[in-house]
Amino acid sequence: MSMIKRRLKELKEYPSAILGMVIIGILIGISLYAIIAIPYDEAIRMWRGGEGVWIENPRNVPPAWVNYFPGVNRPETKMLDSIDRPELKEVAEKTEEVSEGKISMPFTYEYDEFPREISLFFAAEYEQTRPFVHVYWVMPDGREIEMMEGSVADGTSYRIGQDRDLQRRQLDGLRPRVGLFAEEDTDPPQVLHGEYELRIEGYLFEPDADLEARLINYGQVEGLAGTDHRRRDIALALIWGTPIALAFGLLAAVGSTITTMILAGVGVWFGRWVDGLIQKITEVNLILHPLVVLVMIGTLYSRSIWVMLAVIIVLNIFSGAIKVYRSLFLQIKEAPYVEAARSYGAGNLRIIFRYLIPRAIPVLVPQFVILIPSLVFLEATLAVLGLGDPVLPTWGKVLEDAQQHGALYLGYYYWVLSPAICLILTGMGFSMLGFALDRILNPRLRGM
Amino acid sequence: MPQEYPPQEELQEEATEERTPKGESDLWRLLRYSLLRLGALFIAVVVGVYLMILIANMGGYVDEIRRAEIAFNVAQQVRGSPEFAELPEERRREIMDSMVETEEKRLGLHEPFYLRSIYYLRDALTLDLGRSENLTSDAGSRQVRHIILERLPPTLFLFLTAQIITFFAGLFIALALSRQYGSKLDKFMVALAPTSAAPSWFYGIFLILIFAALLGWLPFGRMVAAPPPDDTLMYAMSVIRHLILPVTAIVLGALFLTIYQWRTYFLIYSSEDYVEMARAKGLSGRQIERRYILRPTLPPIITSFLLGIITVWMGQIVLETVFTWPGLGRLLFQAIGLYDTPVIIGVIVIFAFLLAITVFLLDFIYAIVDPRVKVGGEGGQAA
Repeated sequence: MSMIKRRLKELKEYPSAILGMVIIGILIGISLYAIIAIPYDEAIRMWRGGEGVWIENPRNVPPAWVNYFPGVNRPETKMLDSIDRPELKEVAEKTEEVSEGKISMPFTYEYDEFPREISLFFAAEYEQTRPFVHVYWVMPDGREIEMMEGSVADGTSYRIGQDRDLQRRQLDGLRPRVGLFAEEDTDPPQVLHGEYELRIEGYLFEPDADLEARLINYGQVEGLAGTDHRRRDIALALIWGTPIALAFGLLAAVGSTITTMILAGVGVWFGRWVDGLIQKITEVNLILHPLVVLVMIGTLYSRSIWVMLAVIIVLNIFSGAIKVYRSLFLQIKEAPYVEAARSYGAGNLRIIFRYLIPRAIPVLVPQFVILIPSLVFLEATLAVLGLGDPVLPTWGKVLEDAQQHGALYLGYYYWVLSPAICLILTGMGFSMLGFALDRILNPRLRGM
Repeated sequence: MPQEYPPQEELQEEATEERTPKGESDLWRLLRYSLLRLGALFIAVVVGVYLMILIANMGGYVDEIRRAEIAFNVAQQVRGSPEFAELPEERRREIMDSMVETEEKRLGLHEPFYLRSIYYLRDALTLDLGRSENLTSDAGSRQVRHIILERLPPTLFLFLTAQIITFFAGLFIALALSRQYGSKLDKFMVALAPTSAAPSWFYGIFLILIFAALLGWLPFGRMVAAPPPDDTLMYAMSVIRHLILPVTAIVLGALFLTIYQWRTYFLIYSSEDYVEMARAKGLSGRQIERRYILRPTLPPIITSFLLGIITVWMGQIVLETVFTWPGLGRLLFQAIGLYDTPVIIGVIVIFAFLLAITVFLLDFIYAIVDPRVKVGGEGGQAA
């Protein structure tokens, strides 16, 4: 063991190993942050939540930091809420039956692109009669557009961007998200910078009635990693995907390598039918395609990531690695010190665990480290096949969503790139460390 | 899946083994070896497929599906048919029950499971895979066998093209690198080895991003342009254009690790005494490489290639999905999406056969290149 420790010090001489360890360290840091900052249940609730949770995010927009690139000035999401800012609301006239009021929402628009969409949400209090509103749009050049009139209930949402009537009658066929922000008579439409105002004139028909409104001007960028088709913040999945990926890779690698090694040791030591049986099982397992078995388990039984994990461990135990260990143990078995152990009366298990297996650890360690990324990728593979865990946010699930919605075809590159980069960083981190370890711990490869 | 490590120790083990007794002709040895391997692999396939059937039917799951389907079909038939409409409710139920029973008997569902599992095994091994639930072949057939046979050629075509390129590119680059061991290029290629941790479909996504989405040089996916060109030559050109990206992705996913491993073998073997001896005799570099380095290195190279191929098969399932390549992988993906169990089981069986054939072919090549292969006993070393 002390030899291994001494060898590990040599890692310092391999820049790739240091880089690998730094990457692994960062990943562990992110995992700890994820677990502490966003509790497991909360993460699942948010990731599965629909519009209720994510209504304030735009759909399918790239991350906010694209604005740091020169020449890019994409709008960010802006929200104006009359509950948070009571000064926006004024009550003009109040009688016993009808009161008249107005909510004005002024904002400046200085971005170079049109917003992603624009929506107005109402919150109303009333007993019987719904409040009645007129909504006007005032542009910096003085144009005033009447957008809607009608009675609103509590929770009524007015998706201005989808108002076909507005598009046809008032905006010369331009989509509202463009037309409402465009300079007059420009083709292609140019963004008109300046002070805008959305004005709501409302009538309440009951003494205790009240009306609040919230304008969301969805931007073209959002958050650290952008959003997906369900307005979800991809960063959540990237952050929470880290501990899941690490746990999955580590558990599967630990479970399978250690069992494989013990089985190989037992097989070699007892020989005869034990060894023969293990060899035969390996042969059968080689024919059974691991992914195919996982596909069957996923379709017929459960897609839970932990069930998959258990199956992967079982399938990996009898992988080709068992042959490598076996041939190693066959040599060790003949070593004089094993003979010596046998002569002092050591039991079978003692020999296997004290004399055979420790000798194989130098082979085990790098193999173990290199196994981790392939397991992380296996999870992603399953997810892309549509067999990802149904509730957990993982990198593979993000990739699957992107793939399903033609992200590359539609140009949402960030959607594919961010989980892919996470995967490749994890893969590179572990394999760089593993390859360096391999060269240090396997003398035959030293200096090669 | 696990990237397999060069089982170098195996070589030493073999090196100590006795040579085949003289007087036995090479051809006879090869034939006997092949037959034994074929037998062993066939048993492995049978056991494997039987295991699959057991898993698939754990707790009578498949039977349950079939029963539900029969009941549904019978109910549909009875409700939809005017001749039963006049009958009283009770009578109709009786008729339905007896129809379900007959149908279940016809399909053998009343027999005990161990018998049924043998039937399923027989059906699977003879590729009598039943009818699909939703999917159809392009020709319109619902037979799982037809669907699978239609998808098999594109898969094999893609797989073989990529494997041949990987093998020869790997061999030549690894040899070239071992010649200039320690150079900048050598170090660079060694540093690239960890990139093989990513499966081929992962590279596929990046290739699509660069060459299809950003540059627009090559198509996003599929096997031929739509509509397919009428001219044979144009058709072939179109297929080649569509083949470039998926093949590149498979090669990229495997090449660097392959080069790294094989380079290591070449280096190990080129430091052997007999190579020094040959050098001292004044043989040319090429001759030494061919006779004294390449020849003994081939068996472990084939072993590592074989183990790599299993990973490639797995990557290809998803790769075909990413590239919408009309092969078995894409079929499996579609079947999963539609919960089409017969097709899923069919693809699993076919993959078991494909893997067995791959293992056998490589074993065969192994036996040709390595005269030390011992027949019988442990049933071959290649796998």
